[in-house]
Amino acid sequence: MQISDAAHLLIIGLAQGSGYALVALGFVFIYRATEIVNFAHGELMMLGAFAVLTFAELWGFGFWLGAAMGILSLGVFGYLLDATVMRRVIGESQSSIFILTVALGLMLKALAGMLWGYTPQVLNVPFRGTVEIGGMVIATSRIAIIVGTALICVVLYVFLSRTRLGLAIQAASQNQLAAYYSRIPVKRLVSVVWAIGAMVAAVAGVLMAPITQVSPEITVIGIKALAGAVVGGFGSIPGAILGCILIGVAEPFLDYIYPPLQGVYAYAIMLVVLLVRPEGLIPQTFHKKV
Amino acid sequence: MRTLFKTNYSFDIDHLVDPGERFRVLLVIAIALALPLWLSSYALSELLMFLCYALAGLGLMVLTGFSGQVSFGHAAFLAIGAYAQVWFLQRGMPFAFSLLLAGLVTAVFGALLGRAASKMHGFYLAIATLAFAILIETVIGAAGPVTGGHMGIQVPGIEFFGQPLDETWMQYYLYLGVLLFFVWGVANLKRSANGRAMVAVRDSETSAQSLGVNVARIKIQTFFASAYITGIAGALMAHQLFYLSPEAFGLGESLKLLLMIVVGGLGTISGAIIGAVFVSFLPNAIELLREVLPARVAHQVGLEPFLFGAIIAGFIIFEPDGLYGRWRKFRLFLETYPYYKRATFTRQKRYLKTGRFR
Repeated sequence: MQISDAAHLLIIGLAQGSGYALVALGFVFIYRATEIVNFAHGELMMLGAFAVLTFAELWGFGFWLGAAMGILSLGVFGYLLDATVMRRVIGESQSSIFILTVALGLMLKALAGMLWGYTPQVLNVPFRGTVEIGGMVIATSRIAIIVGTALICVVLYVFLSRTRLGLAIQAASQNQLAAYYSRIPVKRLVSVVWAIGAMVAAVAGVLMAPITQVSPEITVIGIKALAGAVVGGFGSIPGAILGCILIGVAEPFLDYIYPPLQGVYAYAIMLVVLLVRPEGLIPQTFHKKV
Repeated sequence: MRTLFKTNYSFDIDHLVDPGERFRVLLVIAIALALPLWLSSYALSELLMFLCYALAGLGLMVLTGFSGQVSFGHAAFLAIGAYAQVWFLQRGMPFAFSLLLAGLVTAVFGALLGRAASKMHGFYLAIATLAFAILIETVIGAAGPVTGGHMGIQVPGIEFFGQPLDETWMQYYLYLGVLLFFVWGVANLKRSANGRAMVAVRDSETSAQSLGVNVARIKIQTFFASAYITGIAGALMAHQLFYLSPEAFGLGESLKLLLMIVVGGLGTISGAIIGAVFVSFLPNAIELLREVLPARVAHQVGLEPFLFGAIIAGFIIFEPDGLYGRWRKFRLFLETYPYYKRATFTRQKRYLKTGRFR
């Protein structure tokens, strides 16, 4: 392997990792606010990509308007998902809730297959073609993912630390009961968190669309993002981003070195990390002393 | 209303104290024993598959139902058991011996995963099992020389102590015997100290620990037992599939097992069996449904996974105790009529935020 090849793989990996990170961002966000791990987040991302595809291509609204409508509709979907389904199981055992989200994911994936079919479809995005940086030819769509992820991180950071709503979300995720006492509408807030998570997932779906196409199979990115988040230490957003980028960068290199196990290195890395350092690279969870 | 008076200390730990319950269980066993008299060998071979699923469900029940560790990848243990069985049989090992060894190999894998899991909690474990299952499926596909890869591998016939079991009813009795043995074993496990420790770990790790339960060790033991049972189920299943390929043990299969125990009722042995009955009849029910539904929906490939998901979600939201729990409520309703109170079965809810400890 030559240096330029390595650099190219690195860029591909960074783009891939940023895509994972964007998905991971959504469910870490949901996890911090509600302690529910949403195994259906990859499905939300797929749904977002399909919604944008429907608005932009099938109904002819054009890309930008279509994307805005698709992402917003996913936000509404996320809100309703929490308000009608997830809210009912608050207080049930955690294992039941995992199983529920997996079941929801299964339903969403099957539904998408019924509505839009299983053949991968192309979403025409404006960021196409290639650019040349330092003698390397890089697809613009990959740069768009990296830039988009960075942008969304900044926006979310500002939102969480500067706005009233963001501060309320932080308060609720630190202590729900105390938040209730300070007159924060926690229930509605949790639904808003789901809406934001779903919207971030939809953005990820749109940004990843040029690389993965749009099909029900892209939900696998959700599982890889989970793996990345676990590698980083689940509860922390910087940790999740770090873990996802780590996995994204490692994947193309490992695929290159030993192709037969293509596509499952993310899980292998995660299992190894869990064996060696069960709480992830940046631990977020603490044992209560008995 | 009938009240059981305790006249003996062993009442607290005996199997099937209630005479009605005892009668029903014996009736089910008697019917199961008599079935080959009435059924054709085709129907019996369907039943063999059901027995395998019931056994696998029992394995998952030990893990998820008793000790509360969710596994999204239990089909991986089925796969390991099945391939180990074929590998041992190909090396000329007798059936009974290789069955035990296949279970043991699977159990070792399970214990390794349990070792990793012992320090994780909740969802880490769920994700780890998911990853483990995907990894195992791919590794089996990639390891062509040993496993036949995606081309598949032929499963040798069953030879029980030199006697070839080629008649379906012989296999049926063998499988039924294995299942009953493990049902009995799990029932014993549930009332042993370790079994009660498992339930304690499920309900609260912190309080289990404060009562002197070694949580990590119990988790590893649970994984060992669960993987052992599932591995045996996989080995038995191999003989019914005739031809093994990694696709037979994909994520769909894991979800099917999960569906079984959720529908049957988490935490009960009867739940695993009832769930297996449910899952075995589900394809037929879906076929019937396809005839009723409009043609545009009926011929979609997604219909089956969609219904799977919908059933799991419906049970978790509306009846988390599953079919067995529903039956218990119904029975209590009859026994105590008109004094039945809903509140009898109210589950304790735990709000993680307020009682958060990690």
